[in-house]
Amino acid sequence: MTDHSFIKHRLFPVGTILLAIVAIWYAFVVPMNAPFQRDLDRRAGVTSTTAEFLVKTMTQPKPTLPAPHQVAANLWKNTLMVKPWSKRSLIYHSWITLSATLLGFAMGTALGVAIAIGIVHIPALDRSFLPWIITSQTIPIIAVAPMIIVLMSSIGITGLLPKALISTYLSFFPVAVGMVKGLRSPDVLHLDMMRTYSATPMQTLWKLRLPASMPFFFASMKVAVAASLIGAIVGELPTGAVAGIGSKLLAGSYYSQTIDVFAALIAGSVVAILLVTAVDVIGRIVSIRMGAKTP
Amino acid sequence: MTLFRPNWQALLSLLATLYSLTAVPFTATMNGSSSYLVIALLLLGAIGSMLRLSAMLEIAILVVSSLGAAALLIGGLTDATGTANAGYFAGLTAAWLLGWRLVTVLSGDGRNLGTLSSLLVPTLFGIWVLILWEAIVRGTGIPFVLLPPPSAIAVRVTTSTSILMADFNQTVLKAVLFGYIVGSLTGFIVAILADRYRFLANGLLPVGNMASALPMIGVAPVMVIWFGFDWQSKAAVVVVMTFFPMLVNTIAGLASAGEMERDLMRTYASTRWQSLFKLRLPAAMPFIFNALKINSTLALIGAIVAEFFGTPVVGMGFRISTEVGRMNLDMVWAEIALAAVVGSLFYGALALLERAVTFWHPSYRR
Repeated sequence: MTDHSFIKHRLFPVGTILLAIVAIWYAFVVPMNAPFQRDLDRRAGVTSTTAEFLVKTMTQPKPTLPAPHQVAANLWKNTLMVKPWSKRSLIYHSWITLSATLLGFAMGTALGVAIAIGIVHIPALDRSFLPWIITSQTIPIIAVAPMIIVLMSSIGITGLLPKALISTYLSFFPVAVGMVKGLRSPDVLHLDMMRTYSATPMQTLWKLRLPASMPFFFASMKVAVAASLIGAIVGELPTGAVAGIGSKLLAGSYYSQTIDVFAALIAGSVVAILLVTAVDVIGRIVSIRMGAKTP
Repeated sequence: MTLFRPNWQALLSLLATLYSLTAVPFTATMNGSSSYLVIALLLLGAIGSMLRLSAMLEIAILVVSSLGAAALLIGGLTDATGTANAGYFAGLTAAWLLGWRLVTVLSGDGRNLGTLSSLLVPTLFGIWVLILWEAIVRGTGIPFVLLPPPSAIAVRVTTSTSILMADFNQTVLKAVLFGYIVGSLTGFIVAILADRYRFLANGLLPVGNMASALPMIGVAPVMVIWFGFDWQSKAAVVVVMTFFPMLVNTIAGLASAGEMERDLMRTYASTRWQSLFKLRLPAAMPFIFNALKINSTLALIGAIVAEFFGTPVVGMGFRISTEVGRMNLDMVWAEIALAAVVGSLFYGALALLERAVTFWHPSYRR
């Protein structure tokens, strides 16, 4: 019964939508690549039949819109046919971006939790700092990214850390805001009960507030991990970094290698899906271990 | 009941002030008398806040002493960048501690001050960030190319208004506004369609949820290749970035009306459209505004980052990336300040509109 409804309400509609996206994609490939192909044919003095022409629009080396199978072939070639640690491998570039993301995400989460604990316990911090955290979310923080990268490289820090710092910057806001909500989520009754046990603030934090905040923690970590991946990718743009998904995007856009750009985009999406899924799975395990009913 | 009511901020402040007495004058151009004036102000604030005074009087003393001392300390840096000594920073720390004490008093006894205090406290925090930034950067002589002081940024904002306005016009008025409206509207319309056809919603919701987590910013190079260097490509990036949050939130919002209310609409024999317009769309408004708020930030980010991939020689993202390369950091900070103001105003306008539209929502109840 449940399996049947899963297929009917999840797999089938989602599959249809994904198939429709691929179909629309193919439908756009021909008209978008046609003008350039016609140009090529005219210059070469070739007149091709409609069928030949259609095939040609889907096999250009630098198409305006690459066909899905071209992107798939590029992905296949750059992940499975080369050694994972070679400079041509997308796995290598994904790993470079992923390592910056993870470091930044870990620092951002730690910072966000620390700020949230401070805000919950110090009223002055709550009144003065929290409004600024919320305001800062309305600011396009990414604008600061090039500056951080260039500044840090001018004082001799390059590589992983500057990118990770941008990730930290992007990911600590959601965690801080979510955790403030989470740490304040326990019932007044429960807080009063801790008081009747004459629990110290530390004990209340450890035994009541932190466990109660776990659903908020994982929900905001999902947002934060996606944000830190964006931070890491954007962090690779300004200096023309030599490795990472962002540098692949930039190089592809310089040389109009659209197939490479799409392949890098898909690599980035796969990393994002893996990260969000990982956070989700850990969140589920934690909530089951804490005694939540299995859904 | 004694006359004294010690608190740790004032005690520490007192210690720091006493230490700063050993290092008068504080900077190369600051004369002894103004240094002693700073110390006198700090002593007044530290001792005044430990006396059992009325809250209003204590607040007044703390405002005058902390901000007055800070103003004198910053004034003492004129033509004396990088010459501040340890006493200077001890004085600064003492003033900052008094500022903290002021915030504590305001947030503790601030209930009778109401909304005034809820605006005053964050404002004071912002002022103190600027004061510390200015005093530390200029006091220690941090190189201009690393971090310009706020005063230099303010000067830059006023002297290059025309450049800032041109960038604002290019990035915000053309790319962001167009992309934001088209992207949000398309997301909304597709969500209404998805609501009509359950199958579409079942398929789109997981895809949309996943897409919201993807680094959509990566489509920027593709859009630049397709739509050229001008604002159209940036608007396209913004459309792509804002579409999915709107789609997902609107679908979730349309499903949020309660079963009871829907049954009521059914007993009124209302048509699908009536139920949509009179019940489910109003119920979805908080979700839609949530998406609009998320999109306001995403739109600015999308337009600015897309300009890193190629642009005509105008635009906020273009200015930031080129001026960083030329080490004109005051210009970069001026653009960031502009982006911050635009982002906050955008968000604030949406928040006001939300309050007007969803006045019935429990979160606005008093």
